[in-house]
Amino acid sequence: MIALSLIFTEHRVATGDCPYKQKMTNLKIGEKNYTCNSEETVLDSLLRHEVEVSYACKKGTCQSCMLQCTDGIPPENSQKDLKDTLKKQNYFLACLCVPEQDMTIKLPDQSELFSDGKVIANEMLNRNTILLIVECLDVLEYNAGQFVNLQRADGVTRSYSIANRPQESKTLEFHIRRLPGGKFSEWVHDEIKVGDSLSVSEPKGHCFYIPERKEQGILLVGTGSGLAPLAGILTDALAHGHSGPIQLFHGSSEREDLYRVDEMRQLSKQHQNFSYTPCISGADVPEGFKQGRANTVALNEISDLKGWRVFLCGHPEMVSQMKMQAFLQGASMGDIYTDAFHVRQEEDSES
Amino acid sequence: MSESLYDRIGGEAAVNAAVELFYRKVLTDHRINRFFDKTDMDKQIVKQKAFFTMAFGGPNTYTGQDMRKAHVHLVKMGLDDSHFDAVMEHLGATLTELNVPADLISEAAAIAESTRNDVLGK
Repeated sequence: MIALSLIFTEHRVATGDCPYKQKMTNLKIGEKNYTCNSEETVLDSLLRHEVEVSYACKKGTCQSCMLQCTDGIPPENSQKDLKDTLKKQNYFLACLCVPEQDMTIKLPDQSELFSDGKVIANEMLNRNTILLIVECLDVLEYNAGQFVNLQRADGVTRSYSIANRPQESKTLEFHIRRLPGGKFSEWVHDEIKVGDSLSVSEPKGHCFYIPERKEQGILLVGTGSGLAPLAGILTDALAHGHSGPIQLFHGSSEREDLYRVDEMRQLSKQHQNFSYTPCISGADVPEGFKQGRANTVALNEISDLKGWRVFLCGHPEMVSQMKMQAFLQGASMGDIYTDAFHVRQEEDSES
Repeated sequence: MSESLYDRIGGEAAVNAAVELFYRKVLTDHRINRFFDKTDMDKQIVKQKAFFTMAFGGPNTYTGQDMRKAHVHLVKMGLDDSHFDAVMEHLGATLTELNVPADLISEAAAIAESTRNDVLGK
């Protein structure tokens, strides 16, 4: 009771003489609470409380103090210049944020929450990629195209992209390519069974569709299992009634490493604004496929990307090269979304 | 002379319009593109924005010392007056493309020019 009344008194002192001004707010991070004085920014408050948080320019330019608000929408000006998909996830710049109300905040390095998932289907998509469908309860906040960390009971964890619209089925679909010696992928391919448990992290990344500017052209370019996020984004865009052209270029070196070719062709028949181009960079190119790398074929077909929204997923080199090319050919940097699949060096491959 | 150059030129909207045009020019200029990091283009865009805000005399807190520190590694790579001139050229061309009046372009160029010695570590 004494402690309580002390806090109360402090509040009175801080706000008492100017009752119409913005009042003190509370910042909650994990189990800890920090006060933020009226007109003080979140960054200044955290620094005053000696919370370790990265920052540099303190004026919204460098974006190094970006944090996430987990219980509401942060003030509009604190999201200045952030990517649309980051705004939607309530990221904000701490140096520009003077809270209007109490906020619960997540620091970038805070340990992640996992929820329980159960395998409900697994089937091969091609000779080296398996479709894994995991049932998971709280998937309302998950967007097609984002990725999650999947964790096995012994703690081995890998990131995979969401290939479906989780809201519809309360399931998450992943396309998992077998990597020789890959501890997690080999387990998924060789051992996992329907009914097995998996832990699923919160959704991550900013590579997903936002139902705005529906007349905008959308370019999707992916290699290998980079089709997973792109298929998710495509389904999501079509479900939202995106009206602009949507063009998908999926590439691999051999025909056998592409997948869902017939389904995509079918989809392009059903939706006039969707076109699909499977690309093969190797020598053996059957009819109906384009010869060349997916990104090169795409840039040949669409030379002016001004005003387009661009999604690039898969091989890191393709992603970084194509990002530059898409920008040089007119796409705005804020409209380019990427997800580079970095293969983890298997430090544990001997086991 | 009540309004600042930054406001007369169009403030943040003008900066946004200029940045991408400018960055495209720089990336395709073989004289200087090696000085611009291509691995994190989003971060580069953020830096270009700070540059334009400064050139327009807008709200920025960079000191001569900051400019020096930020370019030390580039000077080591051989950054010299010819490269600085190339950047000035693209700055002018970008603003011309955006139909900024000539007198305002000169004002912005003069501000950018004033950082030359710090950028080149002289």
